[in-house]
Amino acid sequence: MLDAAPATAFTLNGEPVRVPADPAARLTRILRDELGLTGTKVGCDAGDCGACTILVDSDTACACLTPLAQVEGAALTTVEGLATDPIGRRLQSAFLAAGAAQCGICTPGMLIAATALLRANAAPSESEIADALGGVLCRCTGYRKIIDAVADAAADTTVSTPSPQAGRAVGARIARLDGREKVEGRDFFGADAIPPDALWLKVIRSPFPRARFTFGDFDAFLASHPGLVRIFTAADVPGRNLHGVIPPFADQPVFAEREARFRGEAVAMVAGTRAAIDRLDANAFPVAWQGQPSVQTMDAALAPDAPRLHANRPGNILTRGRVARGEADAALATADVTVSGSFETGFVEHAYIEPEAGFARRVGDRIEVTACTQSPYMDRDDLALVIGLPPESVRIVPTAVGGGFGSKLDLSVQPYIAIAAWHLNRPAALVYSRPESISTTTKRHPARMSVTVGATRDGKLTALRFAGDFNTGAYASWGPTVANRVPVHASGPYLVPNYRAETRAVHTNLVPAGAFRGFGVPQAAIAVEQLYDALADKLGVDALEFRILNALTATDPTVTGQVLGAGVGFRACLESLRAPRAKARAAAAAFNRSADGPRRRGVGVAGMWYGCGNTSLPNPSTMRIGLKRDGRFALHQGAVDIGQGSNTVIPQIAADAIGVPLAVIDRVSADTDLSPDCGKTSASRQTFVTGRATQLAGQAIRALILRQANAGPAAAIEPGDGRVLIRDGDVVRSLDLATLPLDSHGYVLAAEETFDPPTAPLDADGQGIPYAVYGFGAHMAEVEVDTELGTVRVLHITAAHDVGRAINPTLVEGQIEGGVAQGLGMALMEEFLPGRGENLHDYLIPTIGDVPPITSILVEDPSPVGPMGAKGIGEQALIPTAPAILNAIADATGIRINRTPATPDRIRAALLAGHP
Amino acid sequence: MHLRPKSLDEAMAFLSEERAVVMAGGTDLYPAFVDRPPPARILDITAISGLRGIVREADHWRIGGATTWTDIARASLPPAFHALKAAAREIGSLQIQNRATIAGNLCNASPAADSVPPLLALDASVELASASGTRTLPLADFIKGNRRTEKRPDELLTAVLIPGIAEQARSVFLKLGARRYLVISIVMVAANILRTADGRIAHARVAVGSASAVATRLANLEAALASAPAHTPAGSVVAEAHLAPLAPIDDVRASGAYRRDAALTLVRRALAEADGDA
Ligand SMILES: Cc1cc2nc3c(=O)[nH]c(=O)nc-3n(C[C@H](O)[C@H](O)[C@H](O)COP(=O)(O)OP(=O)(O)OC[C@H]3O[C@@H](n4cnc5c(N)ncnc54)[C@H](O)[C@@H]3O)c2cc1C
Ligand code: FES
Ligand code: FES
Repeated sequence: MLDAAPATAFTLNGEPVRVPADPAARLTRILRDELGLTGTKVGCDAGDCGACTILVDSDTACACLTPLAQVEGAALTTVEGLATDPIGRRLQSAFLAAGAAQCGICTPGMLIAATALLRANAAPSESEIADALGGVLCRCTGYRKIIDAVADAAADTTVSTPSPQAGRAVGARIARLDGREKVEGRDFFGADAIPPDALWLKVIRSPFPRARFTFGDFDAFLASHPGLVRIFTAADVPGRNLHGVIPPFADQPVFAEREARFRGEAVAMVAGTRAAIDRLDANAFPVAWQGQPSVQTMDAALAPDAPRLHANRPGNILTRGRVARGEADAALATADVTVSGSFETGFVEHAYIEPEAGFARRVGDRIEVTACTQSPYMDRDDLALVIGLPPESVRIVPTAVGGGFGSKLDLSVQPYIAIAAWHLNRPAALVYSRPESISTTTKRHPARMSVTVGATRDGKLTALRFAGDFNTGAYASWGPTVANRVPVHASGPYLVPNYRAETRAVHTNLVPAGAFRGFGVPQAAIAVEQLYDALADKLGVDALEFRILNALTATDPTVTGQVLGAGVGFRACLESLRAPRAKARAAAAAFNRSADGPRRRGVGVAGMWYGCGNTSLPNPSTMRIGLKRDGRFALHQGAVDIGQGSNTVIPQIAADAIGVPLAVIDRVSADTDLSPDCGKTSASRQTFVTGRATQLAGQAIRALILRQANAGPAAAIEPGDGRVLIRDGDVVRSLDLATLPLDSHGYVLAAEETFDPPTAPLDADGQGIPYAVYGFGAHMAEVEVDTELGTVRVLHITAAHDVGRAINPTLVEGQIEGGVAQGLGMALMEEFLPGRGENLHDYLIPTIGDVPPITSILVEDPSPVGPMGAKGIGEQALIPTAPAILNAIADATGIRINRTPATPDRIRAALLAGHP
Repeated sequence: MHLRPKSLDEAMAFLSEERAVVMAGGTDLYPAFVDRPPPARILDITAISGLRGIVREADHWRIGGATTWTDIARASLPPAFHALKAAAREIGSLQIQNRATIAGNLCNASPAADSVPPLLALDASVELASASGTRTLPLADFIKGNRRTEKRPDELLTAVLIPGIAEQARSVFLKLGARRYLVISIVMVAANILRTADGRIAHARVAVGSASAVATRLANLEAALASAPAHTPAGSVVAEAHLAPLAPIDDVRASGAYRRDAALTLVRRALAEADGDA
């Protein structure tokens, strides 16, 4: 069809082009597929995310909504054109230096929107920057560093940190090492590297929450749809038609066999040319559905006569979790003061801007999968079972990941592309649409929690009882992890001598809930941290001082009986909030005194802790570092960077452990054929676990080098061209690398070290050592509530975190700001309603105008096990934000919101009920 | 097939012969085709000369159907258009405003279309043209229900016409959404108020959107405002009964009860702001 189409002529980044293609084609397609410019990203195809923002003449446009025909004669600018534009270049450098790009998927759109702004307005105010960038969503950064970067670019005040000298990498605010590619639109995400000869796939999905189905005549369907090549169903799965992130619980079929258990579950798949797949109307696929009675709420699932989702899981209970210490019931019965409450939280969608995408190819009897993922080795092992191959015959090539937050730990497109490529012996590609991504990939578990807390009259916590049900959807995913993590964490980082927490993960006919930044702990914090405020209130003590009085210390036992011994900086976090809180409370009180209108201000705090790594389970990382003939070091950075920064932090640790400048470290990717297993990017474990393995490997290769030169441990290593100088006091030796033999990986010298955090199993009461390291933190929220409308404006967040050691403070702040933004969304606006809202205009995440200034306070109480003392921060940052905001709403209005998100209608209803 | 004629006659002639989906900015059309194939026949009206731009004619203003929200936000217009300009700046994002058109917003006929309350407050009419002639309808008659209009398939909405009356009215638009940018309105209100030199309200228009299938004016409130004694603060005139024409529903964005309650607050605030005391 292509050559029959009329050509459209326009200018693209200064060059004239003529494109003979369908004039109604979305410009994103033309730019990415016809012209090969994949810097313009696609996050929704619906105008909702702005990732596709380009300039048409001088104005921004969503390329996904712009038909090719409409740019006839226009001058287009994409991110690829910014390098030759003085404003564009300045913005790119500013974004890089400020840490304004994390995963980088939103960055091209942000840069283009900012370019349009600065061309028209050389010195924009913060609100003008927000107005200009309001149409581009970012799920990683919390936007604050983006605003800073645009202001820096406008004022031309960007300061770049030079690459650190030997021994100075850890602690340096260096720009992310993979950042240049991101700001130039050259980083390859899941949808960016698909070969032109790939066949495309469309997955056929159940329109019912529970349904049986029968297929019609496939041959007739294929014959009447030119360009379609083959249909696949469960019968075509070469190995096991089952996958799951926790092997003993693996229960999710690639294609449902007799019955689909949630709306959106795959039953079949069609392969064809891209044009044929584009033309395909999934409703025409030959399948007849018979909807079945389903359970869509936990109440329905727990009813005695409820249909059972999985034969081997009676009562629709997937797993239970329990931690018990002391005598919770007895202590509550005799406590001077108790408070109780029930809390409910909604389904939360990860809403990363990059929908799942990738392609696979068969190479002889191996299969290679190039896709976005958080967990290459887990993907490899699970896909090996699906295809029926030994794990070594599966190669996972991770692309850049446009945000993951937990959901890209599970398989999504991978089994489909692998099965198609295996059978067809041609590359096969699948890019999820936004509705497909939202309706089929995992979510944060909705939770229902009942909690009672007790204390003595003088404010010492004596007991806490927690019961929580977590809606885990149709398949296990990470439901067992949530059920186990929550009881370990529900107390928060306080000394609670009598404790019982019990959880259940409950199956329903809904999309599976899985891992999402915090594995259930944020939900528990919403309940417990609000009750701590209520308890302090009842005791008549200050909410912050109450927390300080009860804060866990290094010598106190946790609720699992673990005494951490060192590295418990929680109290320091709380104390760091004293002064800012006094100021904030005075400001709020002054506002409330002077304003007689409907607006009321309040201040709230909340604490958090979070264990880094798997709960009482092995989760090793293996790091290999090799010295190359050219005098540079190869770092097998197998810890996938999903935007959190492992591509930068791990080299920083390596450089200092070896004792060489950061600039001589080269990254080898997390490709499973190239790098050893660094585990999954989740549970805030990469800086801690892979970081520690890196430190050990760095120290080991340093020792090998020094031994070659018979030098003492304090000697300096100075890599040069083809040689390494070892300076030991006055003695300088040169290691001539050309003369040394190479090992099987091509290295002159190499070290490989594994680190697995020391933990111990939990007994039936959950007593034991679940984690080697915990991160701690506390947030303070300042809010303004419009009591007539029920709307909440968050004015400021102060976030104190004990990170042990900030390997890169800019990246730590980035994690905090991004976590705060997600916590704010969870508190105030985010709720996924299955079957409704499977797009980014009904599912609302915070925009640049919703995230207030954030002040990060970094506390460094070093962990004895973490690398250079470092702990995780990825999930920690999100946990206390929502309860701090809810506590601030209560402070402002006297109203407690027990059901999140606290949307305007819920707040207003609570206010009306509270003040008749 | 994607046809992009340069003249209105060509477009109308085509529509008189063939069924096709009309497209302007595409910001309502394209999102409807995320997971399914696009319409087979598209008539793209963005190259038609004379369909875009704002002019003052003898006794009215004429806003071409293909005029974008950015065009409107940037235009120099009398005070009575303030609510319309404010609405233009609140439609989606700049990216959307740069391409989305006024005719598209009206023809799409969403209950949450932000331009409808301000245009109702301006007594706007729409001009519909086809090969068989041109007709003009008051906007209130044009939109018949949720996604339903009086437009025939062979017609184009060529212009929005606004009478040159009460151009000095104070005009306010308030939009309530669950986040700051890129948000569909939970409720929105437009109010245009003109007081005489002696403080009476000579001209009052109040319209509410997203709280009924079609945005609607509050006629009883307007009458109460017009008969209020001189210098009465406009916001104080509002009573709950004035909201009787609204029929808000529950949806993903808010409950119906909340919408009614919020509409009352927003109407009061819009009028207070139009009085200059907010
Ligand atoms: C991300 C996003 C955010 C949005 N936010 C808002 C918002 O906040 N408020 C709001 O009100 N809207 C919003 N919209 C909706 C949309 O942008 C507006 O309704 C816009 O004005 C539609 O104009 P258009 O030119 O893009 O219409 P199109 O999509 O081109 O057309 C819309 C409909 O009108 C018909 N049509 C268009 N022009 C004519 C004509 N001249 N004659 C006859 N029929 C015609 C088309 O056939 C189609 O049925 C949003 C859309 C997106 C994608
Ligand atoms: S892809 Fe265009 S706005 Fe999301
Ligand atoms: S950096 Fe903005 S979405 Fe990831």
